[in-house]
Amino acid sequence: MDLRHSPEQQVFEKEVREFTRDNLDPHVARKVLEGSRLDREDYLGWHRTLHKKGWVGVGWPKEFGGTGWNATQQHIFDEVTADAGAPQLIPFGLRMVAPVIMNFGNKAQQDYHLPKILSGENWWCQGYSEPGSGSDLASVKCKAELVGDHYIVNGQKTWTTLGQHADWIFCLVRTSTEGRQQEGISFLLIDMKTPGITVRPIIMLDQEHEVNEVWFDDVKVPVTNRVGEENKGWTYAKFLLSHERTGIAGVGRCKRIVKRLQNVARKALANGRPLIEDVRFRDRLAQVAIDLRALEITLLRVLDAEREKRQPGPEASLLKIKGSEIQQVLTELTMMAAGPAALPYVREGDNGAADVPWLSDESFRYATGHYFNFRKTSIYGGSNEIQRNIITQLVLGL
Amino acid sequence: MNFSLTEEQTALKDSIGKFLERDYTFDDRWKVIRSPEGWSRAHWNKLAEIGLMALPVAEADGGLGGGGVDTMVVMEQIGKGLVLEPYLGCVVLPAALIKAAGSEAQRTSLSEGLASGETLYAFAHTEPGQRYERASVALAATPNGDGYVLSGKKISVLGGDCADVLIVSAKVPGDAEASLFLVPANAAGVTRHAYPMQDAQRGADIEFANVTVGADALLGTRGKAQAAIDYALDVACAALCAEAVGAMTELQKITIEYLKTRKQFGRALGTNQALQHRAVDMLMHVEMSRSMALEAATAVDNPDAAARAKAISGAKTTINQACRFVGQNAVQLHGGIGVTHELNTSHYFKRLTMISVTFGDSDWHLARYGDALLAAA
Repeated sequence: MDLRHSPEQQVFEKEVREFTRDNLDPHVARKVLEGSRLDREDYLGWHRTLHKKGWVGVGWPKEFGGTGWNATQQHIFDEVTADAGAPQLIPFGLRMVAPVIMNFGNKAQQDYHLPKILSGENWWCQGYSEPGSGSDLASVKCKAELVGDHYIVNGQKTWTTLGQHADWIFCLVRTSTEGRQQEGISFLLIDMKTPGITVRPIIMLDQEHEVNEVWFDDVKVPVTNRVGEENKGWTYAKFLLSHERTGIAGVGRCKRIVKRLQNVARKALANGRPLIEDVRFRDRLAQVAIDLRALEITLLRVLDAEREKRQPGPEASLLKIKGSEIQQVLTELTMMAAGPAALPYVREGDNGAADVPWLSDESFRYATGHYFNFRKTSIYGGSNEIQRNIITQLVLGL
Repeated sequence: MNFSLTEEQTALKDSIGKFLERDYTFDDRWKVIRSPEGWSRAHWNKLAEIGLMALPVAEADGGLGGGGVDTMVVMEQIGKGLVLEPYLGCVVLPAALIKAAGSEAQRTSLSEGLASGETLYAFAHTEPGQRYERASVALAATPNGDGYVLSGKKISVLGGDCADVLIVSAKVPGDAEASLFLVPANAAGVTRHAYPMQDAQRGADIEFANVTVGADALLGTRGKAQAAIDYALDVACAALCAEAVGAMTELQKITIEYLKTRKQFGRALGTNQALQHRAVDMLMHVEMSRSMALEAATAVDNPDAAARAKAISGAKTTINQACRFVGQNAVQLHGGIGVTHELNTSHYFKRLTMISVTFGDSDWHLARYGDALLAAA
């Protein structure tokens, strides 16, 4: 039993750190570290850099062009790159649809899609939620009717994160209304350029465009784009969700935020003294740092236990709850650190600080927006209440 | 990074597990609680046979040279079985003190009785008004010829009821730091007020009225004991973390079992979502605690005292909070039967509660962790 990195792991960590230092665009790193919104190219630039190095398929097995890294290596990679200000790798292709295609897709689908996910040529988005199907995901209504060798898709998806950038969408569609609702769902891969698809922005409470509505109006999807069997989509959907949850914990990113918050609390003044000397604030900071450490070790334990299996277990729900709570506390604390500087709303400009020379403290520019934005974390990926239902059923057996 | 136990550790765990199954049923435990001593020499000897007393003693001093993870394995089982024998107070803590403070000759001579389980030591450190401040020692050691005269009071001494030898922290006037003295418990001027503690373990408040000791009573160097005291109390905190994980895991299991069997309104309690979600929150506290007990166990042997302190206090904060949450909610989910003495639920609750106020409560450890953040600034 040992929580320290082995000598081999230390070598690996150094390799990742040096590669990131030498290859991450400093302009993008600055945006990430200060918390400003990234554009499509910011994400893709880093994605392509990693692809060239063979490091983009972080959790993928080698046979599909992945790194073949073990859980500890994946965690080290996540932590080191996050610390340096690397953009998060967009999970919809790499972490979500790819494992489904690997496990349930046919050879043609694997050969076509997996290389394009790795290279970044195709940006994926997620077509799960609908206006009437949030927590009750199995009630999806978006309809796909088989006509000849095509499905005709009609309906609406919502909360489609970064769908405005996407080339492809994976969708849960209703192919049968008989029997249990879970047994009439199929899993389709749809090209976003197909006629009949409309993407409309949803502006969130932080006034940013991050999510969308996606409308389908007689969209023709070749039957060959169905993953696995018709009406078996719910199985694949759940498989994907458990993968999503392990990633949602966001430990690497949280560690970076804690570090930043510590720095900010040293610089920010309260009555002429550094904020970190305020014992009430320091208690809150200490508490979240401790909670994060507990989450980190728990994540490593879960990953270690899953080393042999390919699919994360229901423990992933526990990580999702704890990780999202910690992210929310961190964004709230950052806003609290800002104090009165939390008030101004500053629209994102092109020139960074030069846009707002009057702003008293640049480091708090995005603090409040992030606080509002992060209310989503306990809702998305299956709300934290749904995660508790899952643990109740699958872990506690109640 | 490695989360596996060694073969020896697994064997150790299994041996204690078998002992608990055979000798430590709820009824057996009741008999021991009602005995005059409140713990059993026969059990003590069995645990010594398994090797528990020799475990934390260095190999060079005739022990097994176990580290933090070995102690964790033992303490988890002790927590699971609500073991009454004073392993933490009379073995883990003194072994750490002797290891950290003792001269080579002292380590050799003291370790024999410690490792065999024949001599019981206890650490008399906490004082009235001191709360958890480890460096705040008022008990006076006044130089007297070659030796010293000890005067003052110690409270809540774990194993203070039964120890043969007390390791007493005391301050020589003018010294910046405390010193440690070995005092036979039956020395003239030592009065111990032994009592059962809230969780049925035993302890004592001990008065020292002009207790005369020789120069050889000094454990290690005069006025240089603080590092050893800090180390030993961190070792004790790590051990308590592991004990708490053993106890809360069991309590969580018992509670889930109860939710499945107890029926109200014609259905099992566990079908109610309000109770289900509470049970999940208990589980999360248990799992976070398990992680932090690992953190503590692997940190105690870290030679970097600042890093050790931060890890231990982080762990004890998490675990104290979990002791409270899991304990209180286990009682709540049991309903009326949970507040009775006849069910083991309340016994686990009481032990967890006492752990959460032993060697630093949540506030104290959170503040110590915060100090580490401040120092890093």
